[in-house]
This record gives sequence, structure tokens and C-alpha cells, in this order.
Amino acid sequence: MDKLLVSPAPHLHSKENTRRIMRDVIIALMPSVLVSVYFAGLSALLVVVVSVAGCVLVEHLIVRYLMRKKTTVHDLSAVVTGLILAVNLPVSSPWWMVLIGCIAAIGIAKMTFGGLGHNLFNPALVGRVFLLISFPVQMTNWSVNNSIFSSETWNLPKILLGAQGQLPDAVSGATPLGIIKEGLANGLTMETLSQQYDFSYWQMLFGHIDGSLGEASALAVLVGFAYLLFRKVIKPLIPVSILFTVAVFSAILWLLDPSMNADPLFHLLTGGLLLGAVFMATDYTTSPMSPPGMLIYGVGIGVMTMIIRVWGVYPEGVSFAILFMNALTPLLNKIKPIPYKKEVSRG
Amino acid sequence: MSKTFSIGGIHPDDCKFSRDCPIEDFPIPKRVYISMNQHLGMPAVPVVKKGDPVRVGQLIAEPAGFVSAPVHASVSGTVSDVTPYPDFLGKKVLTVVIDTDGDQWEEGIDRSPEIRHEITSSPEDVFKRISESGIVGLGGAAFPTHVKLTPPEGMKPEYLILNGAECEPYLTADYRLMLEHGQEILLGGELMRRTLGAGVNGIIGIEANKPRAIELMRELTSKSLQWKVVPLKKRYPQGGEKQLIDAVLGRRVASFALPVSTGAIVQNVSTAYAVYEAVQKNKPLISKVLTVSSSDSSIQKNYRFRVGTPIMDILSHAGAMEKDGGLSPQFAKVVNGGPMMGKPVSNLEGPVMKSTSGLLLFTEKETKRKEPGECIRCAKCFEACPMRLQPYLLYQLALAGRTEELEEHRVFDCIECGCCLYTCPAHLPLLDQIRLARNASLKNKRKK
Repeated sequence: MDKLLVSPAPHLHSKENTRRIMRDVIIALMPSVLVSVYFAGLSALLVVVVSVAGCVLVEHLIVRYLMRKKTTVHDLSAVVTGLILAVNLPVSSPWWMVLIGCIAAIGIAKMTFGGLGHNLFNPALVGRVFLLISFPVQMTNWSVNNSIFSSETWNLPKILLGAQGQLPDAVSGATPLGIIKEGLANGLTMETLSQQYDFSYWQMLFGHIDGSLGEASALAVLVGFAYLLFRKVIKPLIPVSILFTVAVFSAILWLLDPSMNADPLFHLLTGGLLLGAVFMATDYTTSPMSPPGMLIYGVGIGVMTMIIRVWGVYPEGVSFAILFMNALTPLLNKIKPIPYKKEVSRG
Repeated sequence: MSKTFSIGGIHPDDCKFSRDCPIEDFPIPKRVYISMNQHLGMPAVPVVKKGDPVRVGQLIAEPAGFVSAPVHASVSGTVSDVTPYPDFLGKKVLTVVIDTDGDQWEEGIDRSPEIRHEITSSPEDVFKRISESGIVGLGGAAFPTHVKLTPPEGMKPEYLILNGAECEPYLTADYRLMLEHGQEILLGGELMRRTLGAGVNGIIGIEANKPRAIELMRELTSKSLQWKVVPLKKRYPQGGEKQLIDAVLGRRVASFALPVSTGAIVQNVSTAYAVYEAVQKNKPLISKVLTVSSSDSSIQKNYRFRVGTPIMDILSHAGAMEKDGGLSPQFAKVVNGGPMMGKPVSNLEGPVMKSTSGLLLFTEKETKRKEPGECIRCAKCFEACPMRLQPYLLYQLALAGRTEELEEHRVFDCIECGCCLYTCPAHLPLLDQIRLARNASLKNKRKK
């Protein structure tokens, strides 16, 4: 070394980098992906592969040929967006629809704003909501189509356990949230609905396929959550405040009228709530940076989710709730941290 | 239960490789370069001229005001020049150059190793000796100690905290000093405590990664009513003045307030040792202990050096220099101080100063900055900031040159600890920009 390196302090770095954070999120999403592939067969894998490849490709093409810069896909953020989009889609989504979702997510929600770190809304959620509004039929069709990738051919539990297996039937209709939404609207009560459909909390926890890929198993999401906490990628504040708010909100309604409202555990375990609380609401770029902001944001998502679930048109409202609170994030980031106290504290 | 400060902080690997290396006396160099800018405040004014013979401990420069400190010859010999000479940063500062000849000490300096326990000087005499001996804060800031021991009108100190945290990775100079000269440090602390008036309690704060020092200090203070040891959790920047007061007393220094407003005065353990030597041994501040360290196990030392020794001499004695005078090729960077707050050395011929606590050698792989990416707003810098600032925001405001907003977001509270830059996953030069913006805004203020 002929010349000395001269750069100001600090002279060491924690070795933390963006790519490693993204890799941790990918690892945390793996249990959810694997469980959905286990239950829904290769059709689930197809959705995941198309979604990830689509997001990476769209970002690469935009950066390379529209922005004319060095490609940014190696930071793995597009892979994360692709995975999150995939776990938000029904297993039966046709490949072209997934691809449109990728273009909406990366092309519109992420790159238009300047790419990583600049987007206002969670890209994967924009992709999902774009598809939900554009293709309502396909997006709420939870049955598995009869292609080569159909569950009949590839359903591993069925192959392993035989047709009489204890696990749920792969072909099914509406989600539990959809069932109660429609049932209650048609004048049925919770009692008759649960007699009719036999909602099993065990199934919700361990695995079923009525819903998007990632909604298959609450436990898989919780395993991912534990991993993210362990790796210190996220703080528990946002997910916990969302889940707590939903629990309190639904408990109040349930206590007021159990015949017309589902119980808190039902609300916590169904739909995309856990998935949204753990993987989407905690997205760094689109969530607040200070604890008070995080708390308001989490409570806001919880309240919005419940309002949409109970009184809205859609059976599920987590995506809309998160996107709505994403819009408030810049405002929540204006909350100034409290400095060391003006007067001397005698603690 | 170990205590710690309440906001932010990071946990870098402590890398205290040289913890078991006893302090060695560094050989007297052939020539020393004694800068007149050894301290914060006004540079000292030389009282010797070219050709003057000097002895070790002789006054060679007088303070230029209250916030300033005198400077003494660290070797004996002849003054070969009084001239602007580039320091370790390459900046020219007025320097007294002395060619060494033997080791002749001034009369009256007690060089025997016996510890003088009995305190005979009055508090006024102690204070006078401290200011005459050129003692400055040896934790790194080099603020004249007598100024710090003079709290402003109306502020009554209740505690004297001796800072033995040494939270910077690699550095072990304070640790070795505590192990080898624990009694002297306590005596120095006691001398300072007495100058602060009656009713002041003494506390020694030491991080938990130095159990032997905690044990020894506990033993030494076991019979004392005025002194106690507070073990602290390992966490950076615990040795920061404001963080240490928070950790030890649970009191927080407000924005722009002096630390003494909380009733606490903080002094480094090395400073306490210097006070002991000045008062009890009549020896001015001419030497100090520093750590030379690197990931190479053959280059890990603790030296007691004479102020003004060229950095090159120390590195070459430690085995980090080539025969032709260049730095050993495995290393790319030399840091004066700790890895978190130390300054990069750009001139190896520059001298070490009174407050130099370490010379660290880093390989390119260890220290080279990575290409900065995009801020992903992960808020890790905000979580790490011990002053509860928003480094990501200050960075953006600094880039945009929005001075007023920078001040609104308390940019002047920044203690430049480097936690933000250390944690940033995007490797953004957060602190660099904040520092630049702050200096620019300070300059503007001075103009007005």
C-alpha cells in the first residue's frame, strides 16, 4: 500500500447491508411458500416462480432500458416484492395475470417513484389491489383449476395420505371471511354458519387452501415472524399493534352481539391479516420510522381492516388498510423524537 | 445489575486484543515534535527559541488565556526549531522541535515508582498544579482540565465520575492503566474531588468487558465512603460524557446544556493518573499510554510514549513499517484514536499528542467504505443514535443545504459518535454529511 486510506470516522462498519436484510425476508417467507406448495401442489409453485421472475425482469428492464442505469436487481428487493405478491394471489391465478400484477407492482408502484426506498406504497400490495379491482372473478376464485398443475394431480397430502386423508379437500369455494360476510348479509347468524361450515381453528393455524397462497397457514407466517424478530430485521411494534387492535375491535363487537359477529380468534387467524401484519405492514420504506408513528400506523391498519371486514363491500380489508396507512406514513414521519429533556431529570 | 445509557447505542465487537499486554516504556525518540495545539482552546505560546537547551518537564510554552494549557518538554536536548510543522492530519501547526540528548529531568520531579499516598496540598494548590502541569482531558477531546474543574457560577457539582468505560473497540490503554496504576488513579480522582468542594461523591464507571479492572477498583475503594465503582453494560458510546452521566446517574444532559448542569463532572481515568503525577510527583503531562493494535497478533502493544514522538517511530517499533520507511503493505489505514471516533492519519511523520489514546492499523478489507446505496428508511440509524436524532433526515437536509431545518432538528446535539454510519445497511455517509453541514453552519454563525 503506497498511499494511506484517509476517510473520516467511523472506520468500521457493522457489515449490515440491504441485500442481507432482503435475504432474511426471503428466508422468512419460505415457510409460507412451502406450506402452500405442499397443499396446492405445483400450481402454487408456478404462481411463485412467475411472480418472482416477473418482478425481477420488470425491474431489470426498466432500470436498464428506461432509466439507462446499472441494474439494481442484485439487491434482491424485487425478489421480495415478487414473493409477497405471490403469497397474496390465489393458487389458481393464470400466469398472465400474475405478470400484470408484477408490472403494476414494480413498474407503477416502485420504479415510477424512483425505485428502492422512494416508493410511497407497498409495491406488492399495489400489484395485488390492481389485480383485485381489474380481475375480481379470478382474484376471488379460490378453487384450483384443472390444468396439469391442478391439485388433483399434484396434491402431496392426497398422494401421501390417500383420498381418505384427514387433510382438507383441495377444491373449495369461498374463504371463511367470505362465507360469513355473505351469510350474515343474507340474514344467517354465526351459529348457523359455523354449524354449516365447521370452521376449524386448527386448520387455519396449520393449513388449508381457502385463500391466497400465504394465507394457507397462520403458523407458517408466525414462524417467519419469529425469524425476522430473531434476525432483528423488524421490530414487533407494528405487527403487534395491528393484531392487538383487531383483537380488541372484534372482541367488542363479538361481546355486543355474538350471533352477528365472529370471535377475535376467527378474525386473527383468517384472511391475510397475519401475512399483512408481518410481511407487508412492516415494509421499511412505506412504514413510519419512529415508535409513536409505528403505533399510530399499526392501530390505524387494525381499525381500517375491521371496518372493511365488518361494514365494507369486500370480505377482506388488510390490503386496503395497509395502503391507506402507507399514504399517511410521510405525515407520521413528521413526528419529532423527544430529545433529552430540557430540565434535568432525576431518575 | 450493570447500568447503561437509555437511548440508542451499538454493540461493535470489542477487539481488545492488547488487553493482556503490559504497558511498555517507549524508547526516547531522537527528535520530538511538540505541537502548540495539544488542547481545545487557544494554542499555547512558545517561551523557548531555537538553540535553547531544555530538560524533561521544562515549560516550553505558556497558555494563551484561561481556556488553554501550558506545554512542557517531553525530552531533554536542544530546541532545533520553533516552526509550523505538519501534524498527523497534514495541517501545519506551530511546533517546538527538540533534538534529544540523554534524559536530563528538571529538578524537583519525583521519578521514583513509590506511590505517595498522603495528600498534603490544599485544594487551591491542587488546582494550581493541574493548570500549571498542562493537564487536558485524555479521553480524546483534550479540553483543559482546570477549566472543567471550574463549574460556572451557580452550578454545584455533586459527583465526580471517573470515566473507565473505554467503550471504543481495540483500545486498552485505560484498562492497562487501571490494572497497573489503580491506586494512583484513585489518588488523582481524590485530589480532583477535593478541589470541587465538600460533599462531592466519586464514582468510577467501568464497562463489564473489563472484569479485572472492576474487581481491582472495587477492592481499592472498599474502605472508602466517598468512592464507589459502577459496572456498566458493554455498549458504545458509553464513554461519551452525556451517555456516561445517563448510565451512572440516570440524569440526562439537555440540549446545549453543560454536563455539569446535571451535577456531574466527568474525567477520564488517564486524566486522573496525570493529576496524581502532577500533584504528588510534581511531574507535568509529558507522557501518556496508548494502544497500538491491529488484527495482526504481532502488532498489539500498550506503550507509554513521550508527547511529540513521531507516529512513524512508534509504528516501526511495533513492527508495522517496512525497512524503506513505508507502511507495511497489509495495512491501508492508520487511525489516531479509536475506530469509531479516531481521526485518519495522513502524515506518518506527524507526532502523537497528549490525548492520543491509540494508533490502530486497518487492512483495506476491514476499513474501506462500500459504495453507498439507497436509503430504504429502515430507521436503524435512528435507533442507534444516542442523542435521539434522525440521522437519515439530517443527511437529506444536509445534502439539500437546508440549514435552518438542520438546526430545528438539533444538528448541534450530534456528538459525532458514528453509530449512524456504522449501522447503515445502505452504507450512506450519514455522519460525513452531517459534520460538513454543521461546520458550514458554524462558520456562517461566526460571520454574523
